Amino acid sequence: MSEYESHQYDIIVIGAGGAGLRAAIEAQGRGLRTALICKSLFGKAHTVMAEGGVAAAMGNVYPEDNWKVHFRDTMRGGKLLNNWRMAQLHAQEAPDRVHELEAWGALFDRTNDGRITQRDFGGHRYARLAHVGDRTGLEMIRTLQQKAVSMDIDVFMECKILRLLPDAQGRISGAVGYWRATGEFVTFTAKAFVLATGGIGKSWMYTSNSWESTGDGHAMAIWAGADVIEMESVQFHPTGMVWPLSVRGLLVTEGVRGDGGVLRNSEGTRFMFNYVAPMFRAETAETEEEADRWYDDHANNRRTPALLPRDEVARAINAEVKAGRGSPHGGVFLDIASRRSAEYIRRRLPSMYTQFKELAGVDITATPMEVGPTCHYMMGGVRVDADTEAATVPGLFAAGEVAGGMHGANRLGGNSLSDLLVFGRRAGIGAADYAEGRTGDPEVDGAEIEAIVAEALAPLGRNGGESPYDLHRDLQETMQTLVGIIRTGPELEEALEKLGVLRERSENLTVTGGRVYNPAWNLATDLPSMLTVSTAVAQGALARKESRGGHTREDFPAADPELGKVNFVQRQTDDRGPDAPIIVSPEPLPEMPAELRQLLEEGQ
Amino acid sequence: MPDAPESADATDDAADDGIEAGVDRPGGSGLGAAAGAESPGAPDRVAMRVWRGDPGGGEFAEYELAAQDGEVVLDVIHRLQATDAPDLACRWNCKAGKCGSCSAEINGRPRLMCMTRMDELPEGPVTVAPMRTFPIIKDLVTDVSFNYEVAKTVPAFSPVPEPPDGYRMQQVDIERGQEFRKCIECFLCQDVCHVIRDHEENKPRYAGPRFFIRFAELEMHPLDTNDRRELVRQKGGLGMCNITKCCTEVCPEHIKITDNAIIPMKERVVDAAYDPIGWLGRTIMRRHKRSAEEAAAGGQ
Ligand SMILES: Cc1cc2nc3c(=O)[nH]c(=O)nc-3n(C[C@H](O)[C@H](O)[C@H](O)COP(=O)(O)OP(=O)(O)OC[C@H]3O[C@@H](n4cnc5c(N)ncnc54)[C@H](O)[C@@H]3O)c2cc1C
Ligand code: SF4
Ligand code: SF4
Ligand code: FES
Repeated sequence: MSEYESHQYDIIVIGAGGAGLRAAIEAQGRGLRTALICKSLFGKAHTVMAEGGVAAAMGNVYPEDNWKVHFRDTMRGGKLLNNWRMAQLHAQEAPDRVHELEAWGALFDRTNDGRITQRDFGGHRYARLAHVGDRTGLEMIRTLQQKAVSMDIDVFMECKILRLLPDAQGRISGAVGYWRATGEFVTFTAKAFVLATGGIGKSWMYTSNSWESTGDGHAMAIWAGADVIEMESVQFHPTGMVWPLSVRGLLVTEGVRGDGGVLRNSEGTRFMFNYVAPMFRAETAETEEEADRWYDDHANNRRTPALLPRDEVARAINAEVKAGRGSPHGGVFLDIASRRSAEYIRRRLPSMYTQFKELAGVDITATPMEVGPTCHYMMGGVRVDADTEAATVPGLFAAGEVAGGMHGANRLGGNSLSDLLVFGRRAGIGAADYAEGRTGDPEVDGAEIEAIVAEALAPLGRNGGESPYDLHRDLQETMQTLVGIIRTGPELEEALEKLGVLRERSENLTVTGGRVYNPAWNLATDLPSMLTVSTAVAQGALARKESRGGHTREDFPAADPELGKVNFVQRQTDDRGPDAPIIVSPEPLPEMPAELRQLLEEGQ
Repeated sequence: MPDAPESADATDDAADDGIEAGVDRPGGSGLGAAAGAESPGAPDRVAMRVWRGDPGGGEFAEYELAAQDGEVVLDVIHRLQATDAPDLACRWNCKAGKCGSCSAEINGRPRLMCMTRMDELPEGPVTVAPMRTFPIIKDLVTDVSFNYEVAKTVPAFSPVPEPPDGYRMQQVDIERGQEFRKCIECFLCQDVCHVIRDHEENKPRYAGPRFFIRFAELEMHPLDTNDRRELVRQKGGLGMCNITKCCTEVCPEHIKITDNAIIPMKERVVDAAYDPIGWLGRTIMRRHKRSAEEAAAGGQ
């Protein structure tokens, strides 16, 4: 196919987090030759950082829990913008997926009768999150990794994919990338590709995400002509660390509140009681006493407002800080020290304990933490068919954080890890079915490969341009200040203008040093994705003239029922690639069947 | 390995000396180099000596930059990348001690860069070198593929069939396994273990502490049916470990690798014919386990 190292498989999965691993396990299990590709070392994907747990209505702690309640919680948390079919499949299949992990060697924390125990989390009516202390993601990724190794799935690690390639009929058939360790290019061909590249947080200044979360999959899908939806729906997690500055944004798990922690302002007030939106009033405690009783008795008390969905809590914290009732470093206080014993805190939240002790010098069993919102999760992403995870271009599938629809305008905690398992598996099946039905060997155009390679190498051959680190910092500043948690029309327009300038500046990047493990060059090749994705987020945010879930418009503070019936879809039409425009258009949400609609109204 | 960074010597010697040496010396006593270098200037500056190089060789490059409150070593490396050393190679992901990517030898001690606060290190230049046990790719990045190859040789988890109402396990029975599963695969224990540090020839027949805990975890898993004892003894080279505990000392997850995994494993693998005590221990420790056949025969 070309002078470069090349590999051919039946199925290529790009991304080795929970979603990619689960997809590859399924595809390989079908007897198809499958490979996994990831930018970092194997086992280091973002999934490893997940803390609190994986949501599944197993009913081990509250037998009254079932998929219908989980479905309802998910839809309401997502402000009904979710793809109903995904939310349904997710709620129905999550328990099996969690049990399956156990059969593959995972050791979840137990109930007294020896079953998997479950913890409370925001927006979930019942204690629903299976977990291992506060390192659930590690348990999940290791289990899946070990399963993948036992199945002899080939892994290409520290290999960055730059672009997807279609064949003459427009089916996705190839990918080009490079080895980070050598800087040498490599091409892949396959009958089907699964995107499982995770999130986009690295375009913001304060984020819980790792360097990998540059939205490569979102961007590659757009450049390949696939639809993306809901790009305006970015989740700011309410509790990130705010101090010291060097760890600002680092996540503080919602498990702290699930296990009894409360939010207080500088006056010591549990302010969340003042921020209960009408939609949640009927099910939320009105007094501190009721809220505190709820932890032990969900049946006779209403839930604590500290565990409202994340968008609600993040906005409340923002408002308290704005009103001058914040903590010394611009956050609010998260207090579990005064509410639970030191022994309990250390057992339930060991990594939070270490994180604060070692990085901030704070003993969370004795002192409250300072926390504030941090860019955390991308609800929007590749538009997929709910059952097969097929994208809108043939040969392409997507699962996990890179896919859109499942979480609507706001994701509930714990619903991502379960999403990875449910839709990772389905993407594996979808891709396998497609690959089996596809005839002929996948073929791609060599000239296109050359163009991609030349573009990637350009910054290395250029003198006197600017540093990718500077450009990245300016991008983060733009997104943080203009496309943050609270948005306005004029600011979004300003952001788009600035993004245009940044895009131009990116044509003039200069990288010194060679291609061998050069982080500056790696960043330079990540920037096109970040710019494309940031542009789509700002465009979507400008288009959605209402406030809903993670998307808050100061100039349109209320939800608009009409806009609640549409997705903003974005795509590139004839002209494609980092320079081409992305078109935004509203399209109606899939129609929900009456019996499911009924479930949403129950218990209101 | 050509021209490994010299700063690692402190730890290396220590490992050879035995038990605790080399790991509780954040100043890196063997690392006179650091102390001998120029003074760090005003207290609001930090001086760094970072190993730069490739498989062909390299040396410590010296940098000085403004100190910032609350920073960890990785923050300083990142600031260097954004200013003086854009192509300085290092690995990282989570910046919170959860992924095990940013392993290095800081002042001669194997540690995570993201969990090492600058203000806890003694005054004077901070030396950062790559892990010595693995071949250099560039700067602070080493080729850790050895570990991924060993991982492939561990026979998979193989549980008893699942009963109709799901597996049941008591918390007490899985606590040890959970301790081992806290491993973030930073490979610092592999780095410090003297059996393979500077002994490339041992690598093909030695799994190393990270995988001894993996074997132990599977051995102690209440649902597992595989028997890996012969393998860990023969191909895993368990016998070559002389329980110096250096691995335990550097583990950022505080896993008691030696006491809780290696020593019990050693007891289990001794040949029953020659060692009745070991045999007894093995019998007792395996009582939780049922073979697949037993389980199947037992109805559920
Ligand atoms: C600190 C933290 C805590 C969290 N806690 C929870 C929780 O308790 N419960 C919960 O449900 N969710 C939680 N989440 C969210 C959840 O962890 C993530 O949404 C989820 O892990 C994403 O998984 P993924 O498989 O989609 O992608 P990731 O795990 O992000 O993996 C992406 C993969 O794609 C690869 N990749 C990306 N781009 C390329 C490219 N160009 N070429 C090759 N490979 C590429 C990466 O190398 C990586 O392997 C948390 C998130 C964070 C940040
Ligand atoms: S594995 Fe054995 S020899 Fe190696 S460091 Fe640990 S205790 Fe020492
Ligand atoms: S056992 Fe500890 S030191 Fe060894 S790889 Fe795991 S976490 Fe790192
Ligand atoms: S960056 Fe993850 S452990 Fe240091």
